[in-house]
Amino acid sequence: MTEYLATTHASKPAPAAGFVLDYAPSIESHKIVQIPARHELFIGGKWTPPTAGRYFASVNPATDEVLSQIADADAADVDAAVRAARSAYERRWSKLSGRERGRYLFRIARLIQERSRELAVLESIDNGKPIRESRDVDLPLVAAHFFYYAGWADKLDYAVPGRKVAPLGVAGQVIPWNFPLLMAAWKIAPALACGNTVVLKPAEQTPLTALKLMEIFEEAGLPPGVVNLVTGAGAAGAALVSHPLVSKVAFTGSTEVGKTIARSLAGTGKRLTLELGGKSAHIVFEDAAIDQAVEGVVNGIYFNQGHVCCAGSRLLLEESVSALFLDKLQARMRQLRVGNPLDKNTDIGAINSKPELEKIRRLIELGKSEGAHYFEPENTRLPDKGNFLRPCYFSDVAASHTVSRVEVFGPVLAISTFRTPAEAVAKANDTPYGLAAGIWSEKGSKIHKVAAGLRAGVIWANTYNQFDPSSPFGGYGESGFGREGGRHGLLAYLEVQA
Amino acid sequence: MIVDLRSTGGAAIALAAVPVDSVGAEERAAFFAKRSVKQQSKLDLLYLAIRMMDLTTLEGADTPARVRQMCNKARQPAAPALTEALSKIAGFRPIPAVAAVCVYPLLVPHAVKALQGSGVHVASVATSFPSGQTSLATRLVDVHEAVDAGADEIDMVINRGAFLAGEYQQVFDEIAAVRDACGAAHLKVILETGELGSLDRVRLASDLAIAAGAHFIKTSTGKIQPAATPPVTLVMLQAIADHYRKTGERIGMKPAGGIRTAKQAIAYLCMLYETLGSAWMTPDLYRFGASALLNDVLRQIFKQYTGRYYYDKGYSLD
Repeated sequence: MTEYLATTHASKPAPAAGFVLDYAPSIESHKIVQIPARHELFIGGKWTPPTAGRYFASVNPATDEVLSQIADADAADVDAAVRAARSAYERRWSKLSGRERGRYLFRIARLIQERSRELAVLESIDNGKPIRESRDVDLPLVAAHFFYYAGWADKLDYAVPGRKVAPLGVAGQVIPWNFPLLMAAWKIAPALACGNTVVLKPAEQTPLTALKLMEIFEEAGLPPGVVNLVTGAGAAGAALVSHPLVSKVAFTGSTEVGKTIARSLAGTGKRLTLELGGKSAHIVFEDAAIDQAVEGVVNGIYFNQGHVCCAGSRLLLEESVSALFLDKLQARMRQLRVGNPLDKNTDIGAINSKPELEKIRRLIELGKSEGAHYFEPENTRLPDKGNFLRPCYFSDVAASHTVSRVEVFGPVLAISTFRTPAEAVAKANDTPYGLAAGIWSEKGSKIHKVAAGLRAGVIWANTYNQFDPSSPFGGYGESGFGREGGRHGLLAYLEVQA
Repeated sequence: MIVDLRSTGGAAIALAAVPVDSVGAEERAAFFAKRSVKQQSKLDLLYLAIRMMDLTTLEGADTPARVRQMCNKARQPAAPALTEALSKIAGFRPIPAVAAVCVYPLLVPHAVKALQGSGVHVASVATSFPSGQTSLATRLVDVHEAVDAGADEIDMVINRGAFLAGEYQQVFDEIAAVRDACGAAHLKVILETGELGSLDRVRLASDLAIAAGAHFIKTSTGKIQPAATPPVTLVMLQAIADHYRKTGERIGMKPAGGIRTAKQAIAYLCMLYETLGSAWMTPDLYRFGASALLNDVLRQIFKQYTGRYYYDKGYSLD
């Protein structure tokens, strides 16, 4: 018996002898993916063992099983990768015409499309995200990003009207584990289109799709050294960003690490863009289309297990609709299916790692102890093993509560109420972050007025988590600086000459 | 917007127009087609879909013989040869009868006779179907005649002209009058969503029909394109959900027209399940108005049991 709806009416009807629809498991086959037992570094177009001979394990977060041994790069390996990139930059890549660079990128985009099922399955295995999301969101966007910047490669002379532009050199790029392949695409595509070469360091938790992407580059005939990949943890990342031959550093990840990188680069003349954390707010007005707003809020916070830098992790409800909204939100949350990421019916997959799971649990406990009201859908079943968590929210949170200030980076929503548009804007801006925001109202003039007052890089109205390669993305304040995507995304990889 | 209405007894009803964001509603409605329903779950839904079906014929060319043929199909959806083929399969469950047949008022007596003792309901489209463009008196006569002839379900059309002109009280009063004329018969109110122009209006019409006494709300006559669509159906289900929240009363839903394949029907049932829950997963509260759908559901049931398709001519046409 599954009842999602509650009735506030005094005489509750007898529960009907209903029909239970238990979606049978519908598992996407993993046979399409071959995961080698060991992965080396990709330097100068060759698969190269790490000099120190050390490897670490990449784990499937849904089953705890080890997927592969991954080369652990040290400073010597990073040095070799950067030198290979510099050499490829000087000898080959910066000398190609934009049209030729574009041809490589178009070819890469098409190969990604052809192999998208394989990449989607691998992404879900390594990262824990539902196959529905990797298949319908991540992979189409990855291909779209390469297509989009392929189109820019021969049009850079028009990117900044009246100015000449030139590539920077070697871009050192460090990316996170929440959208492993998509972040690689966001970083690599504009860098290559602009004539730079790349050393990429994927997150140690999720290197497999980036490694697979190197195979695609080989298949596309991309010249050796144009993209190099070093795997490893923080030390490899630190060696990369501090390498003297790196001209440009692009980092997506935590605010804490971002600050360290910013400090270490001060005075070096290296260009830097940072895409960091967020504590983005949804503002739901009483004149919103409530059913669709509920859907948008759910998508905003529970998409990708809440491991989204622009997750709408704070919800501000106009008081007059808060009770109705919470009622509907609860009903909707009872329908979310948590489980095997490869099951096509899974809505919320596995939390990416044990430490991440523990961190989120700690913050949930803290939220409870600080006095906010906690809700999780009582009917949600969790698998016996693996890193799984029920979606949840805290209502009646105060702005001073930890859950409304720190980035949880998990399926945890902090809800409070407001009375006037001005109060909503003030509350939404009451954060050190400023990545994204969502406004829900059927009144256009109100949306424009509120949007103008919000300090956030991306503002969605009556929708959330809409991405397109032609649209710039990036934040204010502790959410970082620089923009990725669109024409703005080119500027991070170009020297604009006087 | 608040729509101020008076009930037949004179009580004031304030109906607040609930806005619908069409982009969001369409996105959510499209989601249910991504649910992957397999194995036993799929089989269960296919059987349920048959039990929820209002097998329909609404042609100018309908004859008593044609209706009798359809009634036979309604009692026994699988042709004898197919039934025999199916009955050899281990664990096979007999194919149930459909929920109702839906015919014009003049043909009700023939349907009633043909369905005697079968448990299959007889629904009739009264109220000058499909346009409804006659006087209320004429439409009420239509309803009385259908009920007197033995129809136990009435599918009425709302007065779209009045609705689009903003004459909400008139629409309300007419629905209430038809409900009254139905007596013990169940009333399904057809909104003809293809003529309403927006999901906001679909929502308002749903709320209006429910307030006026509809037992079921129904999308379409099948004579206008588009007929039932997933977004329209979702918005109507949400109106039903909100009514349940406020009153504890369960209103039924009938998407009609345009649902031709088992795959579509399954997506509609996933939508129903995830919007209203298991209490609504019954023919008492959900119907499919369809004719071509039945054979495809039978085809998929055979496939589900055997892993292959039965030959196409093995399904009767009616």
